[in-house]
Amino acid sequence: MNKMSIILNGLIKENPTFVLLLGMCPTLGTTSSAENGMGMGLATTFVLICSNVVIALIKNFIPDKIRIPAFIVVIAAFVTILEMCMKAYVPALYASLGLFIPLIVVNCIVLGRAESFAAKHNAFDSMLDGIGIGLGFTGALTLLGAIRELLGTGKIFSATIFPEEYGSLIFVLAPGAFIALGYLILIVNKLKTK
Amino acid sequence: MAKTESTFLNMLVVLTVITLIAGAALGYVYSITKNPIAEAEKKQQIEAIQMVAPEFDNSPIEDKYSLKIGADSLEATIFPAKKAGENVGAAVETITKKGFGGEIKIMVGFNADGSIRNYKVLKHAETPGLGSKMDDWFRTDKNHQSILGKNPATDHLTVSKDGGSVDAITAATISSRAFLDAIQTAYNAYMNRTDAQSGASPKAHTK
Repeated sequence: MNKMSIILNGLIKENPTFVLLLGMCPTLGTTSSAENGMGMGLATTFVLICSNVVIALIKNFIPDKIRIPAFIVVIAAFVTILEMCMKAYVPALYASLGLFIPLIVVNCIVLGRAESFAAKHNAFDSMLDGIGIGLGFTGALTLLGAIRELLGTGKIFSATIFPEEYGSLIFVLAPGAFIALGYLILIVNKLKTK
Repeated sequence: MAKTESTFLNMLVVLTVITLIAGAALGYVYSITKNPIAEAEKKQQIEAIQMVAPEFDNSPIEDKYSLKIGADSLEATIFPAKKAGENVGAAVETITKKGFGGEIKIMVGFNADGSIRNYKVLKHAETPGLGSKMDDWFRTDKNHQSILGKNPATDHLTVSKDGGSVDAITAATISSRAFLDAIQTAYNAYMNRTDAQSGASPKAHTK
């Protein structure tokens, strides 16, 4: 497969949020602001790339019957490493993402890519797939976070666009996440079918 | 290279090796990040103390002590602030469980006479945009919102709906009650009244 098309595949054709509809829990939970969405996306990207590469390297040693527990151990190890590093070096971001970082372990995007891509391809292609899917996820979360932050509080990346009083609180809360995500999926799919 | 067969021995060996390697890697990362994590947490605590407590020249973290307050035995940690050996006030860290979204953890600074100097909300799970406004609401000098400079002993620090002197956050009365309840707990801890009932929110239970 063409190297570039692997990355583009994750970014657009198989965008985890808008097309595969995977990982909805962090998508809806952490996108109350553009910054949080981006932080969550990049954290997931890191885990995706690392776990994809390692799983592609060791896939031949793992007997088929225990591949899922083996993959999960690898993913959980990287998530825990990430969690400890974030606590140590970016405590502010860790405080705002909090519980969602350990939950990357059960994010079905990560296990899904390990199972459907890394287990069948070589390490380099798997890394590209991790980058593509990870950036696709990051982009989607940042976009959703920016829309919610703008409509809810009148800011994007904490820079004021219009006064907070005109914002609609619902977009910061959970219902706004569903509404904004629904319309985004609609728009993306409309554009894709053209 | 051929794929490893799914025999019992293979599975056992492979899983053991993978978990061992993962465990070793985690142990290594833990040992490097342990000190930075502890430092980051300590720095946050010191910043919070500096923000709320009167100016001090001792180390409040070294002098801290903990108390159990009230019927629920809520834990309160007191960081005494001293200047030239004299008590000038303290920062008190405490929690309340009466919040709309569970626990609220705050740090309150008191002057020597027991009046509130400043506060900081350390952790909460209140509704964003409503209860979460408590970060700034109770120090904004508008109507009867601010609690800064007030003394829980003489000023009636409950929401005006309950007959008190503080304006509750619009549409977040429960969060406001919980917050003031935590302030009262902190005050009781500072005054060393470990058995005192929190009088801050008599109606909080009967909402």
